[in-house]
Formats: sequence, structure tokens, C-alpha cells
Amino acid sequence: MNTVYMDNNATTRVAPEVVEVMLPYYSDLYGNPSSMHTFGGQVGRAVEEARGRIAALLGAQPDELIFTSCGTESDSTAILSALQSFPGKRHIVTTRVEHPAVKNLCESLDKLTGHKHRITQLPVNSDGTLDLKLYEESLSDETAIVSAMWANNETGVIFPIKEMAEIAKSRGILFHTDAVQAVGKIPINLSQVPIDFLSLSGHKLHAPKGIGVLYVRKGTPFVPFIIGGHQEHGRRGGTENVAAIVGLGKACEMAARQMQDENTRVKALRDKLEDGLLASIPHSLLNGHKTLRLPNTTNISFEYVEGEAILLHLDRFGICASSGSACTSGSLEPSHVMRAMGVPFTAAHGSIRLSLSVYNTEAEVDFVLEKLPPVIAQLREMSPFWQSEHKGKVGGSQCKCSCS
Amino acid sequence: MWEYTDKVRDHFMNPRNVGEIENADGVGEVGSLACGDALKLFIKLDDNDRIGEAKFQTFGCASAIASSSALTEIITGMTLDEAAKVTNQDIADYLGGLPKEKMHCSVMGREALEAAIANYRGLPLPMAEGEVVCECFGVTDLEIKRAIEENKLQTVEEITNFTKAGGGCGKCLDRLEDILRESRREPRQIIPDKRPGRMTTIQKIKRIEEVLEREVRPALRKDGGDIELIDVDGDYVIVSLRGACVSCKKSQTTLKEYVEKKLREQVLDTLIVEEGK
Repeated sequence: MNTVYMDNNATTRVAPEVVEVMLPYYSDLYGNPSSMHTFGGQVGRAVEEARGRIAALLGAQPDELIFTSCGTESDSTAILSALQSFPGKRHIVTTRVEHPAVKNLCESLDKLTGHKHRITQLPVNSDGTLDLKLYEESLSDETAIVSAMWANNETGVIFPIKEMAEIAKSRGILFHTDAVQAVGKIPINLSQVPIDFLSLSGHKLHAPKGIGVLYVRKGTPFVPFIIGGHQEHGRRGGTENVAAIVGLGKACEMAARQMQDENTRVKALRDKLEDGLLASIPHSLLNGHKTLRLPNTTNISFEYVEGEAILLHLDRFGICASSGSACTSGSLEPSHVMRAMGVPFTAAHGSIRLSLSVYNTEAEVDFVLEKLPPVIAQLREMSPFWQSEHKGKVGGSQCKCSCS
Repeated sequence: MWEYTDKVRDHFMNPRNVGEIENADGVGEVGSLACGDALKLFIKLDDNDRIGEAKFQTFGCASAIASSSALTEIITGMTLDEAAKVTNQDIADYLGGLPKEKMHCSVMGREALEAAIANYRGLPLPMAEGEVVCECFGVTDLEIKRAIEENKLQTVEEITNFTKAGGGCGKCLDRLEDILRESRREPRQIIPDKRPGRMTTIQKIKRIEEVLEREVRPALRKDGGDIELIDVDGDYVIVSLRGACVSCKKSQTTLKEYVEKKLREQVLDTLIVEEGK
């Protein structure tokens, strides 16, 4: 059975070109980049070349990048650094739809720091966008750091990071963005956006798992999180994950080249998929803003059915997707993003995210368009709520009632 | 990814007995859209008073659908008394087991069955009578206590896995801890007393009065009723119902399902509660 992989916001395929450049660092080139000898030194040069490639994709300077183990480590490092730099400031502004790497950290800070911190979690509109006025009002002299994601992992909705960072800067407040979903998918130029910290993760852009980057703007106060050797100029101890760093360098170089493709061909595939599903399945609704969104992501709710059941049926056809339903998250409530957007319960449990990449084809989109509608119809036939409200209306036809 | 057994997968992909029964003898509905799963069970009795047909409609995940499907197969051919003895563990066992986080799906199946039987018999649902502990998912203390007792639950997390209680806002987690502690301590108290000859009649009366005073009377008073202990003769506990209980059609159920159960749990598991005239 062929795998139709449409779960690229969860993780991506490591590009074959990336694997190729990594392999020598698992065999012949095993030296330690910190060594004084030529054997290790050549490995150190490869790390610096990769750093340069990553910096180029972000519009940053190479020495503003710190290699970490993952996006989560980057997030923790940035936020804890800001709090230690300004121990007197006990307020953090973030949003209700952050990834758990930021959300759960902020919610458990008092355990980590021994201080009570006031956390403002900004609400979002029903289309997942932020209200800038509310954001501005939430900032105070007490605010140590703002942490807001560049793009949402579940809906793909993009926040106005440039405006938000400018507002924070004008108030002298540090600004962090979790850009794990944005890097490689939309253009980012940090020479134009005055943020202090940015987190990215390799495996979301066709590099391997286990490598992340924290961007720290030159001049921003920084306190390390992992303390050890002098690696990364003492900003992050631990021997470099050389092969993964080299792989990430290659992946960033490729992402810069493929950005155009991502924003035209991949976006067109996404739109075809989304429009097709919304048209052929009655009582389906788009979660998230139609245009302020990543080009690869669509999140659709199918009312009166439950997400895990949909996913398992899709799995039978080799289609990989994910869901914001309670049952898939391991918790008992639908995802915090769906709840923050006020998606009604009839729809929140039946939300499906399809996230594409440059490796997806039109044939795959057609395959999903063929397989998904009957799955929804079959599950609705079984659903007591659908039966009581829409008896006999299941199938490809549009709902005739006035509700749509 | 959940590790489902082949049997769960089979019942999910090819669910048996999906649909409605028109003119069903009993219909049981549990869960809601907000909760993320719901089950509507229809039963129809045949000429021998056995469940001749059982059908279901389910909104929920794979294990909810599989549990519903399994339930209809288990109960078909049973008398209502036999069906009333089916537990959530029976449903889980029938499916070759469920992931622990999904046990609440089997509990939902059992509760739908109870609701359908109660609907047929015209009785109230015993579990719904309790005090709502988890407001997010509408779970009562009686449901929680039964799940603890029947499935030998040890932690609050297990209570959530089985009943969903505590899986929402988390406000009731402390209360769940209390219930768990209560249910743990009680068996320890009961153990020595259970041995024959260890409890004198006076002690027995005292303990029965304590339980009535502490738990039973406050619960009955909420509905305008009351209860009084008349006599204890061996294992027979003779009581008299007062107030609203006197005219209440449910009073016999209350006596057996609630009062007797409480006394058996907390005093002596051989007690029989009867109403004295």
C-alpha cells in the first residue's frame, strides 16, 4: 500500500539530499568540531558552513544562531533566559493557541523559578487570528517577554509577528517567536523583523529529528539553559549533533530554493484539496483564516463525527493525517486551539488537519478527495446526532437547509 | 497511535448491528456531543423475554464504536436479568482488551445497557441518582465508586481513564482523590469486622446508624425523604421510610440499590434491608 503522507506539520520526510550530506559525518568524518587537530577541524568547518546556510534562510547573522536539540529546547531556553535577565519582571504575554512547548512551560513557571508569574494568554478570534489592540493593552512595565508563535501548527494561521515585535520593541520588552511551523514555508527576514528570539526545528523542514535552532539577536541579553562546555560560545553546552546540523544546513538551502514552489504549487494542491472537501461534504467547515495561513495546511471540521474514527479509516487507505479531537490527543477534551477559537463541540471533535509538503502530488490529493467523503458519510450514518438532525441527508449532496 | 486489538479493529471497521429499532422495548442514551462520545442503544425482546435484537448508534472514536458493536453481540439472546449483570470489563474482554485510556468506552457501553433496561422497566437510573462530581463530563460519585470497586482502580488517573471524570477542567481532581481514599480506607476497616463473631449486635447497630446518619439520610433528605432504623435482627435490617419516600414509587429501588448497598459496603456484606410496616 502506498503511503499518502499529509501530516507534514507533525514531521516531514528527511530529504534524500539531506540524508546524503549527513552520511559522511556518521562514518569517516567523526571528529569533534572542538578539536585542535585538522581531523576535527574539518568537521567544525562543516558546522559553520551549515550555520551560514541556516542564517541565510532567516536573514540572520550566523553567530546569532545557537544549535539546540529541538524546538522545545529553543522555546524553553528563550523564555527562561528572558526571565533570568529581568528577574524583577514577573509578567509574560503569550497566546491561548501556543504549542505545548510554550503553553505548558508558561503554565508551570512558578515550579521552575520559585516565583509567581502572571501569564496573559491572549484570546484569538474565531478564525484563529489575534487582536492587536488586545495585545497592546496586555503589555506592561512588568512584562519580561512576549512569546507568540509565527504560525499555528493546527490551523496554519499566521500571526502578525512583525507588528507585534515592533510594538514590544517600542516598549522595551523582549520578543520570542516559536517559528517551528513557519520556517521554510513562508519568507522570513529577521533583518526586517525586530524579534529577540526565534525557535525552529529541523524535522519540520525535511531535516532530521533531534536538531533545533534558537536565534538570539545580537545585543539581546542571554542566559544559557544547558550549561557545560564552551560550545556555541558557552551559550549551549554539549557536543554538537554534527550530522544533523549539516543536514539542517542543506535542508535550509533547499527550503530557500523551494519556497516559491511551496507557495504556488503546494498551495494550489492544498486549495484544491480544501475546496474539494468543503464542496463534497455537507456540514464541513474550515478552521482558521482563509488567507492569513501557511500555504500547506488545511484544518476542516466534519460535524457529528469523531476525528479518531476518521483517521483510522483514512489509515486503512494509507492516508496520514491528524486530528484535534479529544481521543487522538490522549486527553478527553478537544485541542486547546479548537477551544480557543470557539469551534462548537459538534465540530471540534471532528476536526482533521491535512498538511502537505513539496513531496505531495496532485494524484494524492485526488486520492484523498475520493476516499474521505465516503468515510464521513459512513460514520455519520452511525452517529445518533446526525440521524436525529439530518435523517436521509447523508452523501455527496449539499445540505438543502438554510443553515449552510 | 493507540494499540487496538484485531478484534477492536474488526468491530470498528465492520460494526455489527448499527441502526435503530423502531418500536424498541428499551432505549438507552448516554454521552453527548460535547463529551466527544455518545451511544444510543435499542433493545427488543423476543417471545421468550430474551433480547432478540439489539442495535446501536454511536458518535465516537474507534473503541467507542467497537465497544457498542461488541455490546450488541454480547447481550443478544440474554434475559434482561442476565444482561443487567454485564460489566464494562465483559465488554473489554470480548474485544480482547482496550487501551487503558479507552476503558471509558466500555463503561459507556455498560451504562447505555443499564439505561435501556431501566427504560424498559420504567425505573430511574441508579447511577444518575448520585451527586455529580465531574461537571465537565457529568459523572456522579456513584459511577465513580462503582468503577473503583469493580475495576480495582488505584489512582485518579485510572478513574479518569474509566469514567472520564477529572479529564476536563481538573477542578474535581481533589474530590476524586478523596473518593479514592474513602474507598481504600473502608475495606481496611471492614476486613477485621467481617470475620464472624467479631461484631456484636450493639456494634452492628451502631455502625448501621452511623452510615445511615452520615450518608443515607442526607441523600434522602435532598429529595424530601428520610429513613429510620427500626430493628436489626441477625442480617435483617428493618427500616421505615419517611416523608416523600413513603409515596415514592422508586422507594424499593432506593432501599435495595442504595441503602442496602451502602450498608453492605460499609458494615457487613451479608446485610439485607427490608421495610418494616
